[in-house]
This record gives sequence, C-alpha cells and structure tokens, in this order.
Amino acid sequence: MNIKGRIAPGNLGDRTFGFILRFFSWATIALFLGMLVFLAQLSWEAIQTYGPKFWAGTDWNPPMEEFGAAPFIVGTLASSLIAVLIAAPVSVGTAVFLREIAPRQLSSFVAFLVELLAAIPSVVYGLWGVFVLAPVMRDQVQPFLAEWFGPETYFASALGHLATAFIYPFSLIGNLFGVWQISLSELSVKMMAIAHGLFDGPPLGLGLLTSGVVLAIMIIPTVTALSREVLMTVPDSVREGALGLGATRWEMIRIALLRTARAGLVGSVILGLGRAIGETMAVTMVIGNRNVIPNSLFEPAQTMASVIANEYNESDGLHLSSLAFVGLSLFLIALFVNLFARLLVRYLERGRYA
Amino acid sequence: MLELSARDRRRRVTNVIAIGALCVLGFLAITPLFFIFSYLILRGWGGLSLDFFLEIPKPVGEEGGGMANAISGSLVLLSLTAAFGVPIGMLCGIALSELKNSFTARVLRVAVDLLTSVPSIVIGLFAYAVIVVPMKGYSAWAGGFALSIVTVPIVARSTEEILKLVPRTVHEAGLALGIPRYKVLLRLILPGVRSGILTGVLLAMARVSGETAPLLFTAFSNSFGFRGLSSPTASLPVQIYTYATSHDETWRQLAWTGALVLVFVVFCLNLLTRFLVRKS
Repeated sequence: MNIKGRIAPGNLGDRTFGFILRFFSWATIALFLGMLVFLAQLSWEAIQTYGPKFWAGTDWNPPMEEFGAAPFIVGTLASSLIAVLIAAPVSVGTAVFLREIAPRQLSSFVAFLVELLAAIPSVVYGLWGVFVLAPVMRDQVQPFLAEWFGPETYFASALGHLATAFIYPFSLIGNLFGVWQISLSELSVKMMAIAHGLFDGPPLGLGLLTSGVVLAIMIIPTVTALSREVLMTVPDSVREGALGLGATRWEMIRIALLRTARAGLVGSVILGLGRAIGETMAVTMVIGNRNVIPNSLFEPAQTMASVIANEYNESDGLHLSSLAFVGLSLFLIALFVNLFARLLVRYLERGRYA
Repeated sequence: MLELSARDRRRRVTNVIAIGALCVLGFLAITPLFFIFSYLILRGWGGLSLDFFLEIPKPVGEEGGGMANAISGSLVLLSLTAAFGVPIGMLCGIALSELKNSFTARVLRVAVDLLTSVPSIVIGLFAYAVIVVPMKGYSAWAGGFALSIVTVPIVARSTEEILKLVPRTVHEAGLALGIPRYKVLLRLILPGVRSGILTGVLLAMARVSGETAPLLFTAFSNSFGFRGLSSPTASLPVQIYTYATSHDETWRQLAWTGALVLVFVVFCLNLLTRFLVRKS
C-alpha cells in the first residue's frame, strides 16, 4: 500500500473520502480564482472607460463622474509606509527582547500580551484612534513635530538635500532615456518643497500620520510574532560562537543574530506591510477621508480600502464599478506584496542554509 | 581587578545602552494594550446594563436603547460561519496534510496562502458580487459567506499544522491493521487532535467576530433585530463603526460599550484557547 502521498485506491470508503477532499480543495481554489473573475466583472465598466490611466488619474469626483485612483494609492502607500517605519524597529526589537533578553516567564507573559493586542478587532482600534489618539496627536504630537521637523527647520532642509542626493542618479537615468528632463536644481527645488511640506499645515488630529500610527500599533503584534519565529530558527551555535569569541551580548545580537536572520526579518516586515495595506476599518475612521493627494502628513487623506468602505453603499453605475476597480487594484497589490515577501525569504534563505 | 582598555569600556557601555533600548522597545510594544484597555473600561463600563443586551437602538436624540439587534445578528453570522466556513476549512486542512505533495495539495497550499493575504474589504466586494447582486439585497447569507471566506484559510492552516504534529507511526499502526485510510483518519487521528483543532477553530471565530469590513455591504445593518437569513442583518462591529462615526452622544456611548463587550468576548475566546492548549 502506498502510505506516502496519495490515498490508496480500491477501497470504496477511501475513494469517496479522497473525492470529498479533492472536491473541497478545488472548490477553495476555484473560490480564489473566482474572486479575481468576479471583481474584474464588477469593475468592467471602469476598466473599459479608463484602462491603466485609472491609476494615474488624480481626480475623484463622483458627481462629475470622474474617477482616478491616484489619491488612494498614494494614501495607502504613505500610511502603510509610516506604519512600517514605526513598527519595524519596535517589533524586531521586541522579538529580540523576548527571545534573548527577557527571562522565560516575563518573555511568555509579554508574548501573551502582544498576542492579545493582535486579537483586538480593527474597529476597536479605530474607535480608540478617533476618540483618544487623535486628540493627543492634535494637541501634543503634531505641534511638537511641526516645531522641530516642520517647514523652515534644519531637519526639513537636511532631508531635502538627502532626498535630492539620493534621487539624482535615478533622475539621470530618466534623462538618459528621455522619460523626463529634469535638472539638478529643479529636482532640488521639488525635493525641498516636499521635505518642508511634510509636517506643514494645521494639526487636525485626523489624517495620514495618525492613521500611520494606528496601523503601526496594529501590525506590531504580527511582525513581532513572525520575527520571533524567525529568531527561533537561528541555531544556538551561532549565538555561542559569537559569545565564545568574546562578543558582548549586544554584539552577539547585532553581528550573529540579526545578520543571520536578516532575510526572515525583512520578510516578516514586508508581510506586516501587506497587512497594513489591506487594513480597512481603523484607517477609515482616523484618516479623515479626503479624496485628494495629501501634501503633508497632517492632512486628511484616503486609502484604497477606506474609500471603498466609505462610498460603496451609496454608489451605482460607473462610481460603483470604479470602486470595485480600486478593490481589484488593492487585491493585486496585496497579492504582489505577499508573494514578494515569500519569494524574498525563500531566495535569501536558499543561499545561506544550502 | 582587570584594567579595561578604553575600547572595551566603550563596548561595555554600548552593550548596556543597546540592551536597555531593546527592553524599552519590548515595553513600548505592549503599552498600547494598556491604553486601549483602560479607555475601553473607562468609557464603556458606564453604559453596561441589561438594556444594552436586551433593547434595540432608539432613534437619534433619545436616551437609552441597546445593541440587541447587533448582538443577535452577530450570533447569526457567526453561526453561519461555523456551519459553512469551519467545516470547509477543516476539510482543506485535512486535504493539505493527507494529499501531501499531490498536485491538488500544492495548488491548494498556494491558494490558501494567498487567500490569507486578501484584504477583508475585497472579500466583502466579492461577496457583494456573488450574493448581494443576484439576490438583489443585503442579507445574512452574504455576510456569512464573506466571513466564511475569511475563516477557511485560517482553519485550514491551523488544522494542517496540528495534523503535522501527529507522528507517522500512528498512521502506520492503523494501516498495518488493514484499516482503510479514511477510518484511520476519522477514528484514530482526529480524536487525538480534537482539542488542537478546536483551538484553531476558536481562534478563527475570535478573529471573525471582530471583522467589520466584509460585512459593510453584505450583511449591512438593521435597527430592529434578526428578521430572517435573507434580510439585512446587523452585527456588533458594524454597529460600533456606525455609532462611533455618528455625532450623537448616546450612540457614541453605545459604541464604546459595544467595543468593550466585543473585546471581552474576543479575549475570552483567546484565553479559552490558551487553556485548551495547556490542557492538551
């Protein structure tokens, strides 16, 4: 009898059982593919009307029947990026703390609390974000940020220069192939405008920055749990090797642990990014819902998920199918990010443990 | 005592500072939990009364009212999920572990992986296209369908993980006695991992009971309570969302109390699974 792999043929019960398993497996697979088909069908009108230009359009005006998704794509990417910038160091730090520093009982207790944090529903985060976090952001955090990092500060200028220096080589490539023509001084002016506008404007509480913070809190448990698992896979001999060579505990963590686990850690952060991109309710409640590309982190914005949550029930015709198109795009982005994270981990790991 | 060189002293100081920073980060990660929890109790506790569980909401501006409609609706939606999503998820999990490296299992594994990464609002859109449009109206069916899709990959994954833990020898012992494979699975293996599978199911239910986005345009909402599976059905998370974004003080109070109840239920489910894990 073939033990491994397939269910042995012959027995009627086994055949029936195998059939049931295969049937539901393929039903689930069909469900996933059906999702793509049905979403495409739902958004067909918008796909036909706009095509790929939909993603570049900056105007979203339902009464005028004008639809472009750029504000939401920018909103989604910006808020998720803020979330990841905050969550990555905290989560990886926490994972290292739990695995390497905390005594066992404290470690399992803190891990339990982090798990509870992951269990809190998104809508509760939103409620808390609106009524507790947003006022604090408005009254304390945002004025502070505006004063130190806002327009006309050294930080903004430095950031502008750095961004210019970083992007200049890429802009040269664009010039070379004739995609665009931009001189260094023009680029510098643009980067300066962005850098100085980052923390500009009145502190409203509800907006891009606050939603980024809420998202960060929401993905910290996910990323921490994943990073912790990654750290578990690092063999003890790596730690012992570093310590045996006379490294301090921090040097062991930095040189042996983090470097060995780098691929997995990056993967877990990207998986967190994937979660942040698809997150809906909390963001919808705290982002302020304004269908315009924001210039400042303080401004209200809109994400792909939040615009669907906000407008879908009152939409029809082209508006509805445009929202469905936004959903389809979100679906594809989330899938892409996820696949990328998984492939990255697999690719980087193959080289190391081979 | 050994005299330390300047370089070694610097290494020691760096070590202390870095380890301290890691401790601070660990602490920082759990502070939101305390803030959220304390505010939930602070703002939600006052609205907790029998009325909250037994009354339906009153119109704007009137005092009182409760969330009976949302609580009953949530129970209905969760039952639908338990009836459809959980068994299908379990079957998929069993298929993943039984069919191992067959073509079906490999494709299924990818599909399950990708299903977990689908944003829940997109699942709502899908359920809208598949059920709300043909039925020409919001319904509990659509909501249950959407929540089932959320559940399937979670349950499939946890079931597969649990089944992986069963030693090969148990399979082999059963098969050596000439028992058909399906009986080995149903009579020998599944009873042994029952609590493990139950843990996965409970965790999935805990997760699903807080889902809002897939319900917004599938189950929608109502303000009178359950009226059959083909009519719009309220749920606790959607109701919390609606009331939190309203401008009525009574409704906002209801939102906080609802959130407190929801989080309490979710935490209880989580604690229950912990208990189960420890027992097994």
